[in-house]
Amino acid sequence: MTFITDTFTLAGRLIKHNLRSLDTIITVILMPIMLLLLMVYLFGGSIEIPGVSHAEYVNYVLPGILLMTIATGSAYTALRINTDKLSGMFDRFKSLPISKSAVLNGQAVASVIFMMTSTLIVLLVGFLIGFRSQANFAEWGLAILILMGFALAITWLSVPFALAAKSVDGASAFSYLVLILLFISSAFVPVTGMPKVIQVFAENQPVTHIIQAIRQLLTAQPIGNHGWIALAWIVAITLISYLLGTRIYRHV
Amino acid sequence: MTPIIEVKNIKKRFKKQLVLDSVSIEVQPGSIYALLGANGAGKSTLLKIITGLLDSDQGNVLVNNLTVTKDLHQVQQLFSFSAQTSSVDDILTGYENLVLIAKLRHVAHPKQLALDLLAQFKLTDAAKKRVADYSGGMRRRLDLAMSLVGNPEILFLDEPTTGLDPSSRNDLWQTIRELKSQGKTIFLTTQYLEEADQLADKIGFLGEGKIIATGTPSEMKHLAGSEKLQLIFLTSEQLAQAQTLLTDFKVQLIDEVSINVELPDSMQSVLKILHLLSTNEIEPNTFQVTSPTLDDVFLKLTKGASL
Repeated sequence: MTFITDTFTLAGRLIKHNLRSLDTIITVILMPIMLLLLMVYLFGGSIEIPGVSHAEYVNYVLPGILLMTIATGSAYTALRINTDKLSGMFDRFKSLPISKSAVLNGQAVASVIFMMTSTLIVLLVGFLIGFRSQANFAEWGLAILILMGFALAITWLSVPFALAAKSVDGASAFSYLVLILLFISSAFVPVTGMPKVIQVFAENQPVTHIIQAIRQLLTAQPIGNHGWIALAWIVAITLISYLLGTRIYRHV
Repeated sequence: MTPIIEVKNIKKRFKKQLVLDSVSIEVQPGSIYALLGANGAGKSTLLKIITGLLDSDQGNVLVNNLTVTKDLHQVQQLFSFSAQTSSVDDILTGYENLVLIAKLRHVAHPKQLALDLLAQFKLTDAAKKRVADYSGGMRRRLDLAMSLVGNPEILFLDEPTTGLDPSSRNDLWQTIRELKSQGKTIFLTTQYLEEADQLADKIGFLGEGKIIATGTPSEMKHLAGSEKLQLIFLTSEQLAQAQTLLTDFKVQLIDEVSINVELPDSMQSVLKILHLLSTNEIEPNTFQVTSPTLDDVFLKLTKGASL
């Protein structure tokens, strides 16, 4: 039991951090919102997607924008972990008679809550500029679960990077990798228009499956294999990063 | 008395470099032990090994007869560790920092304890301020207050006064002495010889990964030699005459008109020397008694060692 209360005590500390640095929330949601507006009002009109009218482009692009919110949020997860490492907070926590895993789990809980809050704000902006969904309750629930799974996976993925980095700048650099994966996916345009080699990569990388699954769910379409493949990727990334992260944590 | 902390033969390598070489230390309950050493001597590494934050390559550490590596959870109930960087949360307030640690240590009334500790460390006025706005001295006081949550028997303090101004440093020394009078065992590291002299019951000198000397502050001073009487004369003739009179003493020439005379039994020797000089009508211009400082000890012991 103490393991769970310790985790939430530690997560509570980081939630205070997030609430007190409003600039964090703004930078995290600003970039996805700017890109959303840019894509919908500027580029969207020139993008031809079979079966999607220009007016519906916001429906097409929003799932990718939501993932982008999670990706930019992960830079701050990495930053908080790295700051705790460099400032000696981890030493303080490690010298307390608490469960070893409570410290990183607390970071993960706070990070997922932060990412999901940011995602909710971006989703509301999406509604404001015309996003509409035909999804029923179950489809919404499933889509939110996939988003949370992605948030969890990206959070844990940031842990080994954040722990290994010697500086705060280095710690958050990894989030660019996730952003690049987003651009080389079906987030903004269908992969069919991409050069052959990149297309093969784009079709098979995890972010595309996750986006396709969410997109299909929110447009009340069958999701095919995307759901299972997305789940497999999420579980694999979380598991490997968790094992790697907790291993490195023992030695920092 | 059985020591409360026993460090036995600790060896630690970082890559190929031997950072700690067969370090053994014993600390008595209720005492202050100062681990003295220059930057990079291995103080923090040793402290991390003792507190179970880092594994050693060889040797072991017993705290209250419990092996740190085996019974870490039990040992952690007994001590607190405050790192060199004064690990306090900048974004939280002082009050919130204390409540956080109190909750993690599962004390009965975290909020009340936080208020009590803030009062004890004269931080009540700053309780609701973010720690980022605290002065260096306030941070250190908060850090120490956080270390006292859960009332541990042993406090490990890594360079507790580094970076403090003299008055905050004196305040902190006073607090550390008070904690000792309450029965706490305190293990601290320092690069300041004066600090070890002021606080410690026992000092260990760590140089190049080895304990090169250990003892009480006065034993340490003894290592550096006895007190000295410095005599300054008006002329070199007077000095030469004095030298012929003081053949029973160890005399060291400083310059043409001044000498240092070693004092085997302090004041008695001073009276004897001055009497000897005055009966022979040699009057020194000025004189003073100098005690060896821990700096002298340090230099003597680490001579040749790179600092």
